[in-house]
Amino acid sequence: MKNGQLITIKELVKDYPVGKGYFRALEDINLTIGEGEFAGLVGPSGSGKTTLLNIVGSLDVPTKGEVNVLGQSIGSLNARQSANLRNHSLGFIFQTYNLLPVYNVFENVELPLLLLKMEKDKRRELVDQALEWVGLQDKRKSRPAQLSGGECQRVSIARAMVKSPKIVLADEPTANLDAKNSHNILQTMEKLNQELKTTFIFATHDDKVIQYLHRKISLDDGRVVNDEQIIKE
Amino acid sequence: MLALKLAYRNLMGARLRTWLNVFVLSLAFVVLIWFKGVINGWDDQARRDTIAWQIGGGQYWQENYDPYDPFTIDESHGIISGKIQTAINAGKMTPILIGQATMYPEGRIQSISLRGVDPNQHIIDLPTQYLQSEDGEIPAIIGTRTAKNNKLSVGDFVTIRWRDVNGTFDANEVKITYIFKTDVPVMDLGIVWIPLEQHQEMTRMPNEATILTTSKEDGFIGDFPGWNFKDHYFLLSEIRNMIEMKSIGGSIYFIVLMSLAMLAIFDTQVLSIFRRQKEIGTHIALGMTQRQVVTLFTVEGAMHSVLAAILAAIYGVPLLWLQAVVGWSMPAGTDDFGLTIAETIYPSYSLALVFGTTAIVLITTTVVSYLPARRISKMEPTDAIRGKIQ
Repeated sequence: MKNGQLITIKELVKDYPVGKGYFRALEDINLTIGEGEFAGLVGPSGSGKTTLLNIVGSLDVPTKGEVNVLGQSIGSLNARQSANLRNHSLGFIFQTYNLLPVYNVFENVELPLLLLKMEKDKRRELVDQALEWVGLQDKRKSRPAQLSGGECQRVSIARAMVKSPKIVLADEPTANLDAKNSHNILQTMEKLNQELKTTFIFATHDDKVIQYLHRKISLDDGRVVNDEQIIKE
Repeated sequence: MLALKLAYRNLMGARLRTWLNVFVLSLAFVVLIWFKGVINGWDDQARRDTIAWQIGGGQYWQENYDPYDPFTIDESHGIISGKIQTAINAGKMTPILIGQATMYPEGRIQSISLRGVDPNQHIIDLPTQYLQSEDGEIPAIIGTRTAKNNKLSVGDFVTIRWRDVNGTFDANEVKITYIFKTDVPVMDLGIVWIPLEQHQEMTRMPNEATILTTSKEDGFIGDFPGWNFKDHYFLLSEIRNMIEMKSIGGSIYFIVLMSLAMLAIFDTQVLSIFRRQKEIGTHIALGMTQRQVVTLFTVEGAMHSVLAAILAAIYGVPLLWLQAVVGWSMPAGTDDFGLTIAETIYPSYSLALVFGTTAIVLITTTVVSYLPARRISKMEPTDAIRGKIQ
């Protein structure tokens, strides 16, 4: 891992089998993403944003090329190593929140720490801190069904951030939210990015998200068509 | 440990859904243990009563005697030798002479087995003390079934006709001195018991007997020429076969009940795999391997049976204990079926029964939970996260 570079992608190709042939979802992707970036994979549906995000998140593997995340080559990891990478270093935020409905807010946020086999007191401390970041201290006993969409996504952010991962991958995090909630969520994530130096990578086609990005990587038909740094005032 | 913790949390979180499954499964526990307990209780009682009333520690049969062949009865009598008499005098055995006869209750003709037994014997529970003759009549005791079938009461006289050893018919009246109740129908149905010496005299078979029943404490005493010893294994074979048949019937109940309970678990698991795909994907995204998720779902299913065992213990232990104390009353007329069965069966529960049943349910539940959970390992994590049905 070169200094400050968390993710290095070289000549990435991803094919999916379709019938007797295959569908090429990503082609010749070359990228590097550094520590503390607030970057977005932007493009229309089917452009390969989520596929790229899944490969970086070690949920999928490349067909060709090299994807290196935190010094580990995604294509060569076995199931346990892959799970270990996600467990220790990656956080996920999903479009549909993916909260466990039978757990309350506290338990949902606590789950990644349980998987890390952390002590109870430490877990409590970290969960309280994460809930404070997203402003949900008073909802710790509520279940997801009792929360609004915005609150659910904030729980999802707290769950992703509770273990202080190096990288947070957010797939269309505002797709199910109204404008006000979207801005709240994005401001929260931007604040965490600045304070904790966590790298955020979004897959989005939502303009509300795009306006917060510091780097916009545009994809079309599985290729990177533009990669620009956005200078914020 | 993590799987246990998460499985417990998932089950507690699912609230009513969990408790419905747990309740159904707990019913399976309680009913299975109760049913097996009843069979065991019946088995114990049938063996105990048969030993007490009929076979003692075992029987010596005159070598021609075959209870299933009535044509052998005329030839099934042997001399009570000095060696046998010594054992009888020592209270180690009691002789019984069996003959065929006809009874004429209220003018009807009824074939019976006329049996002579020593009025002073204490080997079997038959109340032979009522066979003491005080007024010169021939005293006879019969069971409640025979009394009911022939409308006989204590003090009634009834004509008996029999053939002696030479084939000569003779008849006399006997006086019913006592009507006993027994759970062993073969000591009752169609049998009239009279004093042994009287029977020997009537049939001109002095000092002869058909069977020699030994005391419970003695059993096999030694070899006697012309007599074959029949041990408990042989004499209880009918009961054993009957109980085995009942156990097979019980196994069918067992399978039906288990199937119902397992269906509930299997159904819940299958539904879970489909309905909770996002959850499965989320677990994987958070850092679990698919194998760990399969373990989690399997443990979750198996934990149903652990909770069910706890719930079953909470309401089942007092219920089963009460049943064991109060017993289970058999419907009227059950004893007319010819089975050795008490009016009330007291279920008998052993530790082996309770732990065996629990282990079977636990193992079966785990297997049933694992089968659908295996599908998780075939899921694409990216599809699971999106909740895409596969």
